Amino acid sequence: MKKQTKIEIWVGLFVLMSLMALASIAFQVSNFSEWKERPTYRVSALFDNIGGLKVRAPLKLSGVVIGRVTGIEIDPVSFKARVNMAIDQSFNQLPVDSSLSILTSGLLGDQYVGLEPGGDEEVLKPGDEIEMTQSAIVLEDLIGQFLVKLSDSE
Amino acid sequence: MEQAETLIEIKNLTFSRGERKIFDDITLSIPKGKVTAIMGPSGSGKTTLLKLIAGQLKPDSGDVFIEGLHVHGLSRKKIYQLRRKMGMLFQSGALLTDLNVFDNVAFPLREHTKLPEEIIYALVLMKLQAVGLRGAKTLMPSELSGGMSRRVALARGIALDPEMIFYDEPFVGQDPITKGVLVKLIQTLNDSLGLTSVLVSHDVDEVLEIADYICVISEGKLIAEGSKEVLLQESTGYVHQFLNGLPDGPVPFHFSKAPYSEDLKYG
Amino acid sequence: MSRPLSGAQTLLQGLGATLLDKLAAFGRGFLLMLSLVVAMPAAVLRVDLLFKQVYVTGVLSLPIILTAGLFVGMVLSLQGYNILVDFNAEEAVGSMTALSLLRELGPVVGALLFAGRAGSAMTAEIGLMRSTEQISALEMMAIDPIKFVYAPRFLAAIITLPLLIIMFNALGVFGGYLVSVSWLGVDAGAFWSQMTSQVDWNEDVVNGMIKSVVFAVLVAIIALFQGVNAIPTSEGVSSATTRTVVHSSLGILGFDFILTSIMFN
Ligand SMILES: Nc1ncnc2c1ncn2[C@@H]1O[C@H](COP(=O)(O)OP(=O)(O)OP(=O)(O)O)[C@@H](O)[C@H]1O
Ligand SMILES: [Mg+2]
Repeated sequence: MKKQTKIEIWVGLFVLMSLMALASIAFQVSNFSEWKERPTYRVSALFDNIGGLKVRAPLKLSGVVIGRVTGIEIDPVSFKARVNMAIDQSFNQLPVDSSLSILTSGLLGDQYVGLEPGGDEEVLKPGDEIEMTQSAIVLEDLIGQFLVKLSDSE
Repeated sequence: MEQAETLIEIKNLTFSRGERKIFDDITLSIPKGKVTAIMGPSGSGKTTLLKLIAGQLKPDSGDVFIEGLHVHGLSRKKIYQLRRKMGMLFQSGALLTDLNVFDNVAFPLREHTKLPEEIIYALVLMKLQAVGLRGAKTLMPSELSGGMSRRVALARGIALDPEMIFYDEPFVGQDPITKGVLVKLIQTLNDSLGLTSVLVSHDVDEVLEIADYICVISEGKLIAEGSKEVLLQESTGYVHQFLNGLPDGPVPFHFSKAPYSEDLKYG
Repeated sequence: MSRPLSGAQTLLQGLGATLLDKLAAFGRGFLLMLSLVVAMPAAVLRVDLLFKQVYVTGVLSLPIILTAGLFVGMVLSLQGYNILVDFNAEEAVGSMTALSLLRELGPVVGALLFAGRAGSAMTAEIGLMRSTEQISALEMMAIDPIKFVYAPRFLAAIITLPLLIIMFNALGVFGGYLVSVSWLGVDAGAFWSQMTSQVDWNEDVVNGMIKSVVFAVLVAIIALFQGVNAIPTSEGVSSATTRTVVHSSLGILGFDFILTSIMFN
């Protein structure tokens, strides 16, 4: 039975090691710790063009993540893109006339939503829609405009 | 046939390996509480017959009944229940190579009973003593000779005191003294515990000593069956040749059916 | 006697026969898997057998998995650094290394190594157990080899491979840290914060784990199937072992593509 004991010790160690590895991946490598649901409130906004924005993309205020994109759909009336966002409850003093724009982090980075605070006394409430939005800069459009201008000036 | 109760009944059994028919419509019955020997030339299908009886192989047609149960119609669970009453000594021993001799013999006891370790220890030593290998209990199967492995396998086969036991060539590779001991062991088991033994063997002397009933198979047919007194009286034919070990006669010594002269032609 | 066949006919016939063979093999593999699933409760109850197999498939695979994880992580971040530094984005090397490991390289390389280390051993062991009639002997002792031999190995593989891959990934990230932070001088804070902001628990970690479970089932089924169906000779067992490694590797790569396209498209 000594052999069985040795096996049991090793198996115990094995499981312990993998749990440690899992914990380090959860807390050190991934966003698991921010995953435990913090209270949020939801707002939405219409964009002409969201470019490459994806669900779960961050919503940033002055570079600090304050929320995430929770859903992207087409508004059936205006045919624009409706972006739903969840904002951390601790940022509940944002002016109602804040504006949103879709930006890119670095040259190769992912796209995110940037929030520019307005000056109104009134604050955003759950379910509000943010009116002022600026679409993503689409490289093809830029090049297209540039080419049109070139040919116009000729 | 004697008036003994039948334990195993084989009816119109046909079995082929690929193209070759190993058994062609064999019918035979094995009496309860007796030693039945199955004899036949090497390669005639004796091992195959044991496997068919135990339900490890399925016949092409025909039936095997054990205690009235139709073996090949049983569910998986039922057949495993039936096998608990069987012990089998494999021709190769077939010991579990990752367990030592003691654990091999203890294996069926540990798996099928809830006996405490002290009792298992005592039982295993008893069985090992019976086959003369008590001193080898800590050896691994790879450290045993062929004859020793087969004796350990025999101890394992009888560990659970089965109701029927199949010995596939128990005497092969044993010295004369061990052979004598094994003959006695098989006989004692049979007489004292009243179990049914099926013995596959080529050793005519040993078989004649212990078998109550003998079946001879050759070329897929049962060519003789009966008590040994009856068979010994035959002075001609297959059985006479086989029991007396005569090289020539009705039983072909050679495997191939093509005439030797044909096969000798190269290419 | 059949008439001599034309070349095309023989070819077609051969093709058909091979196809039927393969189909039949798939069917038998599927049946094996069903009976293994049915035997799972029994395998869970036999803790002694399960532990032994976790030891054989898991603990004994640790050295190769851990070493490989460390080096793969180191190489990844070295390559990543060299590319990213041109874009002034070398701080993203941590997230790049972690994402490649968690999503692809951990599960795939881990499973490939596992197939070579544990899968082949499983096939060889079962093939030899069959050729030495040990499986037959178990059946005769009224012990179901599916419950006693195959199911514990199957379950052990499904438990150990995901755990091994988690360790592979953790060590890979550590290797990346060693190279980029300790050696190449990337800022440690930026290394970790970029990583946590990019690596999503659900999207990356959990999906990677789902992959590793799928690969574990795949390797275990192939290894058991090849062992059970090995021709019981030394040649038969050796070619079955080779087939385990080849089929598992191809299967892992194929399934990886399918899973990736479902998960990350
Ligand atoms: N797995 C198998 N595949 C194909 N043919 C087999 C297989 N096993 C046995 N055979 C064939 O079946 C026949 C009967 O084999 P079996 O082992 O029953 O013989 P046997 O009577 O026990 O012989 P021996 O006295 O030498 O042990 C043999 O001729 C053999 O060629
Ligand atoms: Mg035989």
